[in-house]
Amino acid sequence: MIINEIQDEIVDEFARFNNWLDKHNYLIKLGKDLPSMDEQYKTEKNLIKGCLVKTWFYSEFRDGKVFYYMDSESILTKGFIALLLRIFSGQKPEDIERADLYFIDKIGLKEHFSPFRANSLFKLVNKIKSEANLYKINKSK
Amino acid sequence: MNEIDYSNFDVKKIRNDFPVLSQKVYEKPLVYFDNGATTQKPKIVIDTINELYSKYNSNVHRGVHYLSDQMTRLYEEAREKIREFINAKYPHEIIFTKGTTDSINLVAFSFGEAYIKENDEIIISEMEHHSNIVPWQMMCQRKKAKLKVIPFNDKGELLIEDYKKLISPKTKLVAVVHVSNSLGTINPIKQIIEIAHQNNIPVLIDGTQAIQHQKIDIQEIDCDFYVFSGHKIYGPTGIGVLYGKEKWLNEMPPYQGGGDMIETVTFEKTTYDIPPAKFEAGTPNYIGAIGLGVALDYLKNLGMDKIQVYEKKLLEYGTKKLSEINGLRIYGTAENKTCIFSFLLNNIPPYDTGVILDKFGIAVRTGHFCTQPIWDHYRVDGAVRASLAFYNTFEEIDYFCEVLKQIQKMFY
Repeated sequence: MIINEIQDEIVDEFARFNNWLDKHNYLIKLGKDLPSMDEQYKTEKNLIKGCLVKTWFYSEFRDGKVFYYMDSESILTKGFIALLLRIFSGQKPEDIERADLYFIDKIGLKEHFSPFRANSLFKLVNKIKSEANLYKINKSK
Repeated sequence: MNEIDYSNFDVKKIRNDFPVLSQKVYEKPLVYFDNGATTQKPKIVIDTINELYSKYNSNVHRGVHYLSDQMTRLYEEAREKIREFINAKYPHEIIFTKGTTDSINLVAFSFGEAYIKENDEIIISEMEHHSNIVPWQMMCQRKKAKLKVIPFNDKGELLIEDYKKLISPKTKLVAVVHVSNSLGTINPIKQIIEIAHQNNIPVLIDGTQAIQHQKIDIQEIDCDFYVFSGHKIYGPTGIGVLYGKEKWLNEMPPYQGGGDMIETVTFEKTTYDIPPAKFEAGTPNYIGAIGLGVALDYLKNLGMDKIQVYEKKLLEYGTKKLSEINGLRIYGTAENKTCIFSFLLNNIPPYDTGVILDKFGIAVRTGHFCTQPIWDHYRVDGAVRASLAFYNTFEEIDYFCEVLKQIQKMFY
């Protein structure tokens, strides 16, 4: 499925909720349902720097696609991670790099992605894109 | 203390003095429970700053002209107000700094240069803010000295017998927090100081979380240094205080060099001015200092004794209400504490609790509050902290507890 189709799907899912409380309840559900990352990958190296809440990230490049693995101590953050994984994991690096993440605006939870928020998901999105960029460069070498 | 009549302590009226408090966030009335991080400013402080920049701005201690003279007078009057507020002996024992962190770094550097040698020891406690740990670690590294740590029990009370055992002929300074920013514990600083002084050891008290909650009498406490930040006592940001006993300030070398701290300068040799100028290099934050003086006037007018009684009522009420919530664990249950509630709600990550509270208009802090060793003690990564001030109300506590119960339902 292409990135924008998945984003539209997420936007539709959130359209069911008409208040922030239900949206957050849904995020909590997504966060709880997301399997934890294998403990061996929860290393210092894979910790995202500058987050108030411990959040881990690593990626792999297989068969021309990027696979992401993320986890967080925060259930809410895990909820967002579940959305980001759904959108990006298994996509081609060039598609990831040029993706416009419009779902964030449309689901009405933009404040969580603010670059100024202490536990910014903005950092995760940047990391997703910069890793994709690295794989793209390595691929073309 | 409870005999003090605070019946004319009209919180509704007092809240009107703080413009920030009347706003809504996410369409909900703001409940500001993050006073440990910074306190809100009464309108009189905001207006003073505005007026000073609008009508009087001029550098202090420099000009011969009217404006400079006026500003210098106001700046030195602010110093006197602070002296009076904490009942220090002399105004020149009051040094204006950027804040607590700056004050402690000043002492760690200047005291360290004057008195600390290899293998000397500094005593701090397990419940210090990072700002009362890291400057000493840096000093110890520089001087090859050692840091010793007073432990606390699970209620969050310092173990005084252990403290006594830590004291040795090598101990050169004790630096302890008056009130813990994470646990709310009010430490028995008079006893701590007496024990140190019996051994001729000077003591620095970090009063950042104490001075806004109770009357401080420096001469009665008899500490050697007392530090606090202006923004945590309803004053402006970027201004802080270092109280130092005259003897130490006279003997300690300056921390920073620059304008206004010198007597004479030649390329061969510079001689320094006497305190406080010796420790106030460069243009000081004179408008911040004057603003702080106005904040202290405001508190004096309300009455620190009344503030203390009212906040004690908030503490008792909040402790009772929070204890009624199943699955809520309070960290910091000392007999003697201020209105700070650090807690965990079941196994809900503190960050998540904070994010949802925010959506309900409630401002708290989550994480380790710059006191990681405290959370290592309890073997948790951090907590949620509600820190209250005299403008908070019993109704806000009720709302807060209702929202916490709702958050529990969201996660379970």
